[in-house]
Amino acid sequence: MAKLTIQDLKKIKERVHADTFLREGDRRVKVTVHMGTCGIAAGARNVMDALMSEISESGVTDVVVTTSGCMGLCSREPLITVEIVDQEPIKYEHMDANKMRQVFKRHILEGEIQTPFALAKGSETAE
Amino acid sequence: MIELSMHILDIVENSTRAGATMVTIRILEDMKLDTLSIEITDDGEGMDSDSLKKALDPFYTSKGVRHVGLGLPMLYQATQRSEGRFSLESTRGKGTRVLAEFKQSHIDRQPIGDMGSTIMTLVAGNPDVDFTFTYLTNDSAYTFETKEIRKEIENVPLNNPEILQFIRENITEGLEEIGAHD
Repeated sequence: MAKLTIQDLKKIKERVHADTFLREGDRRVKVTVHMGTCGIAAGARNVMDALMSEISESGVTDVVVTTSGCMGLCSREPLITVEIVDQEPIKYEHMDANKMRQVFKRHILEGEIQTPFALAKGSETAE
Repeated sequence: MIELSMHILDIVENSTRAGATMVTIRILEDMKLDTLSIEITDDGEGMDSDSLKKALDPFYTSKGVRHVGLGLPMLYQATQRSEGRFSLESTRGKGTRVLAEFKQSHIDRQPIGDMGSTIMTLVAGNPDVDFTFTYLTNDSAYTFETKEIRKEIENVPLNNPEILQFIRENITEGLEEIGAHD
C-alpha cells in the first residue's frame, strides 16, 4: 500500500478515538445489505456504495453497516434491513442507489419509514 | 453478474460462510499470454468429495432457504464462454481454492469492475476475517492486506465507515497506479 495513505489511516484512527470517547461508542442504527448471489446479481453492491457515500457525506458516526446472505426471497432483491435501536427492523425490497439515498435521509436520519419500498417489519428466522 | 469483481464478492462470501479466517484473492493479468486469472484461496471448513462434485450443479446448494446455488456455476459459465479454464479444489477441514481463468481479450470476458467496492463490502460484512488482495500485471503489482490496516488503527474496528471508505479509495487508486486493465 502507498506510504502516504498510512498517515491518512493514523488520522482516521485519532479522529475515531476522539469520537468514541465523546459518545461512548453507542450505535443507533444497523443497516444490513443482503449480499447473496441473488442480491449481488440484482445490484446490492451499488446499494452498498450509495449507503457508504451517504454515511460519509452526512458525517454520522452512529450507523454501522453489515452484510448478510440470501434469505430465500431472491425475487425481491436487492434487500436491506434497517434496525434502529428500540424499534422493529424494517426490510426494504427492490433497492437501488436512489432508493437507498432516500431511505438513508428520510428513515435513518429522520425516522420516517419509507413505506413504498418497505417489504416487512421484523427479522427473518431462517439463515 | 455483470462484473468479475461481483463474482469475486459472491465467491468470497462462500469462504466467509465456511468459517474462513484468512482469504487470499489474487488477480493476474498476463497480456503476453493473453490471460486473466482469478484465484481465491481460503482456510474455511472445505467440502467433502461429494459436495465438491456437486458444487457446479446449479440445482445443488448447502443452504436450506432455496433450491438453487448459482454462485460457482455462474463463475464457471463465465470462464467457459471466454475460452477460459476453471478449477475447484477443496479439502475438508483445510480450505478451498477456486481458480478461474479467462482469455483476457475475449469479447465475452466480463470487465473486472470495481474491486475497491468488492473488498470494502467484504470487510464491512466480515470485519474479523483477514483479506489479502493482490493484483499482478506483467510488470507491476499491488497488494492490499487487512492485517496491515489493523496494525495502524489499533482498536478501531475495521468496519468503521471511515476505514471502509479508506479501503475502497486505497484499492481504486492502487490499481490505477499500476495501470491495471479492466
